Amino acid sequence: MNDTSTLKPGHIQGETGIWEMVIGLEIHAQISSKSKLFSGASASFGSEANRNVSLVDAAMPGMLPVINEFCVEQAVKTGLALNAKINNVSVFDRKNYFYADLPQGYQISQFTKPIVGEGEIIVDLDDGEQTTIGIERLHLEQDAGKSLHDQHPTKSYIDLNRTGVALMEIVSKPDIRSPQEAGAYVKKIRSILRYIGACDGNMEEGSLRADCNVSVRKSGEEFGTRCEIKNLNSIRFIIQAIQSEAERQVDILEEGGTIDQETRLFDTSTGETRSMRSKEDAHDYRYFPDPDLLPLEFTESWVQDIKEKLPELPDSLKKRLVKDFGITSYDASILVEEKDYVDFYQQAANGRDGKLTANWMITELFGALKKDNLSFSESPITSENLGELISLISNGTISGKIAKEVFSEMMKSKKSPSEIVKEKGLEQVSDDSEILKLIDQVISDNQDKVNEYLSGKDKLFGFFVGQVMKLSQGKANPGVVNKLLKEKLK
Amino acid sequence: MSELLDFNLVEASKALKNKEISSLELTKAYLKSISDTSSLGAYLEIVEVKAISMAKESDKKLIDGTARPLEGIPIGIKDMFCTKNIKTTASSKILENFIPTYESTVTQNLWNDGAVILGKLSCDEFAMGSSNETAAKGNVINPWLKNKKMSPGGSSGGSAAAVAARSALAATGTDTGGSIRQPAAFCGITGLKPTYGRCSRWGIVAFSSSLDQAGPLTRTVSDAALMLNSMAGYDQKDSTSANLKMPDLMDYLDKGIKGKKIGIPKEYTQDGISEDIVKFYEKSIGWLRDEGAEIIPVSLPHTKYALPAYYIIAPAEASSNLARYDGVRYGARQEASSLDEMYELTRGNGFGDEVKRRIMIGTYVLSSGYYDAYYLKAQKVRRLIKEDFENVYKKVDYILTPSTPTTSFELGKKQDPLTMYLNDIFTVPASLAGLPGISLPVGLDKSGLPIGIQLIANSFDEAGLISTARVLEMSAGFNFIADGAAK
Amino acid sequence: MPNKDTIVDVPTVNKIARLSRLDIPEVNKENLTNDLNNILGFVAQLDEVDTSNVEPLASVTGHKLPLRSDDVNDGNIEDLVLKNAPESSSGFFVVPKVIE
Repeated sequence: MNDTSTLKPGHIQGETGIWEMVIGLEIHAQISSKSKLFSGASASFGSEANRNVSLVDAAMPGMLPVINEFCVEQAVKTGLALNAKINNVSVFDRKNYFYADLPQGYQISQFTKPIVGEGEIIVDLDDGEQTTIGIERLHLEQDAGKSLHDQHPTKSYIDLNRTGVALMEIVSKPDIRSPQEAGAYVKKIRSILRYIGACDGNMEEGSLRADCNVSVRKSGEEFGTRCEIKNLNSIRFIIQAIQSEAERQVDILEEGGTIDQETRLFDTSTGETRSMRSKEDAHDYRYFPDPDLLPLEFTESWVQDIKEKLPELPDSLKKRLVKDFGITSYDASILVEEKDYVDFYQQAANGRDGKLTANWMITELFGALKKDNLSFSESPITSENLGELISLISNGTISGKIAKEVFSEMMKSKKSPSEIVKEKGLEQVSDDSEILKLIDQVISDNQDKVNEYLSGKDKLFGFFVGQVMKLSQGKANPGVVNKLLKEKLK
Repeated sequence: MSELLDFNLVEASKALKNKEISSLELTKAYLKSISDTSSLGAYLEIVEVKAISMAKESDKKLIDGTARPLEGIPIGIKDMFCTKNIKTTASSKILENFIPTYESTVTQNLWNDGAVILGKLSCDEFAMGSSNETAAKGNVINPWLKNKKMSPGGSSGGSAAAVAARSALAATGTDTGGSIRQPAAFCGITGLKPTYGRCSRWGIVAFSSSLDQAGPLTRTVSDAALMLNSMAGYDQKDSTSANLKMPDLMDYLDKGIKGKKIGIPKEYTQDGISEDIVKFYEKSIGWLRDEGAEIIPVSLPHTKYALPAYYIIAPAEASSNLARYDGVRYGARQEASSLDEMYELTRGNGFGDEVKRRIMIGTYVLSSGYYDAYYLKAQKVRRLIKEDFENVYKKVDYILTPSTPTTSFELGKKQDPLTMYLNDIFTVPASLAGLPGISLPVGLDKSGLPIGIQLIANSFDEAGLISTARVLEMSAGFNFIADGAAK
Repeated sequence: MPNKDTIVDVPTVNKIARLSRLDIPEVNKENLTNDLNNILGFVAQLDEVDTSNVEPLASVTGHKLPLRSDDVNDGNIEDLVLKNAPESSSGFFVVPKVIE
């Protein structure tokens, strides 16, 4: 066996050689609309069962769909942000199948003519490298309802609140070569969606989920048979599921077996994928254009208007942060990961030391939030307060050491740094006469050491500085202390 | 009482507004005639209490001078229209207990204009049929040659029979491939299918969404004009509804047809068409010529392929539209231990044979491997059929054809589905092209059954269609009353 | 399209019935198969039409798909939504247990 520690991510060492993963992702992103894709019922989460359901959603006889303009706009916006082709004519199709939480007996989706065609995005990898992932298409579709199977021994309970909520399905090309790349791709898509406000990207609540198509092959060979892992709702699970599925496939192939093309589920408790129990007879969705809807058409100028209103996207923002704030490319890439971060940073760093602000935000703030198990939006420290702290450091009001003390107090009390500094009397003392008083005290208390110093024991200078700082409870400006001590001990 | 039944809609409306009659007495006369003609089986549901209260409401408005266009007019509603708090079954067992909590746009428009509901009218199950024999609650009998038990046609058979039997002053229908025009022809009344998009489909049980269109069944052309005035209109709730204002059709009744060009398509006089119908078709051509129209022979070369294309497209859409009848949220559920078994038993039991056949055909033509050969092919042929009409309308204003190849037939005589489908051979092409068409009675055949002639206009030219139909109606002077009609 | 008479057989009818979720009693299957073959044979006439270079027509309306604004103006009608349900419990529709 070769030494596996040198394997690249996405490669698997087998008996017969090195296998490479081929991965494609289908991301389902819930559009951040108030109402549903084809009805005026609320698209919000967590309501009573069947509260957010209209007669259209319940597929009552004679009910008809009318499309939500906001959702169309978000799809176009997302397409533009993915550098993709916008199709000015697209068609809604019915995908026909029976399921208890699919009231119409079909899902309205887009099959042959999606609203967005091919595009591509640049993905940042952990090692600082970048790679380009192709987008195959983006289309609009309805979400299904929810079946609860654990309420009754022989019955399932159906809640249609989710039925008809607007989703965008973003399909990648099979360009992804490792689980890590897949994770970075999802992160990037999520970040873009949040920037443009098309989707809140909340994976815990299911606003963003991914289906992963995974196959393996020997380098340079044709694509192998793929399996689809359904409904993964965290980046960690996506990475785990792809790795374990690829390993499963390699084991089968190396034993001379073949891969069945099938849909699999990821079991979070075992960390492995398993075949879906209800294999059903082969699906035949009988797609055809929905005769209740006409082709969706819009003009080039409408698309241009949306394009002009598009906010600055992460890639260009990153370049700008490096240029405007003088921070490193690495720090910038961390800050642009989330729209919230970059907004916070720009507010805090505005008119201040950009590098210092980035340091405090990435090292101290992110560290402290992680330690307290808080999300960024739950941060007790506002961008205004962090900015103020940076100002206090920069203008010499407090030392860096005191600043850390102030920071941890800010985390606890949510107070502004100047308030904390005032309350606790933490202002740095830079006044010559006050510091001279302290120096005189230290000299008189340590006359023997002064004599040693004057007789040539230069090393003792640090001791005097330390004593003065201690006496000032850390508030004395170290620069001033140094200067005055030198004069005094001449 | 019988005098009240003699008024057609326009006359009754005038008499009501002149306070010669009240809506209450008119409505009561119709309720009585419903009970007198109950053996025809036209009504599935009679809403006497509601009818009386609506009539009283109308009488108030008639007295205080705030009468609306259809104030106090008692009408029947095809059971495909969802009516709030009134059982709506689409003549299907699967919806036998369904009570909508909403009102279809078209019926709401009628109530907003003062019409009075008498009840719900039978039809072929989910409007699939041409004889009204697929209705779950049994056949409707054509009031003509009552004792021979003739078919009223379908799918709006109950609507046509009720208007012909004078148990409704007018009725609503839906037409997918001829379901208004063919029963109107069989029952000796007027039936108008508007342009696709003219009437909202919201709240109408869907059969084939790209074809379904509501329209009136009435005694006369002017009655149809008055009804359609109220039924039509843009509806934001229906994405296929046309945002075009329809002119007041009553203004077009007496415009005449001088100088208008009438196209006579050669493809509509084929083998199998009854001699009497050909005779009256030729007479009709003559009448229109006499009234100053120019008669122009035209060709719609793809006519022959309309019916096969229709029997792919309509079942395909139906197979998907009827997937919602699964016993989960409404309808008659068959209990079972698994969900799939529940679906299969509920649907297997709840749908009748013809509906099941069409669901099967529709599923087949959409299924993987067959889509291109059947469904896509049919959609291409549909374009050719539409283009045929577009070409002809460059040369003529209206097209005249027979409504049906034969007059009514005895119930139970046509067992083979395919033979039944041939009934719609003359009505289907205009449906596929989305064009407005009207069938009106022009005479009786040798056995005494009514003969209908069809006029087809260009898209959204219902006004011209009414003018032309009115001329033909006056010339034909059809004033026979069915032997099975209420006296 | 294949030849008339041989277009669908009973196994195909079973498959289509399953896709359509229709229980068809055994005794009816032969008749149904015959009916379907007659109808499919009839529609096979379309083979005669040359449709090369013809775009399929899905809708006859000339207008564009209308868009509605993103307002919440429906829902909050659980009672109406559940009113016709064959079985419901605590606001849910109830069906035989589904195994995933």
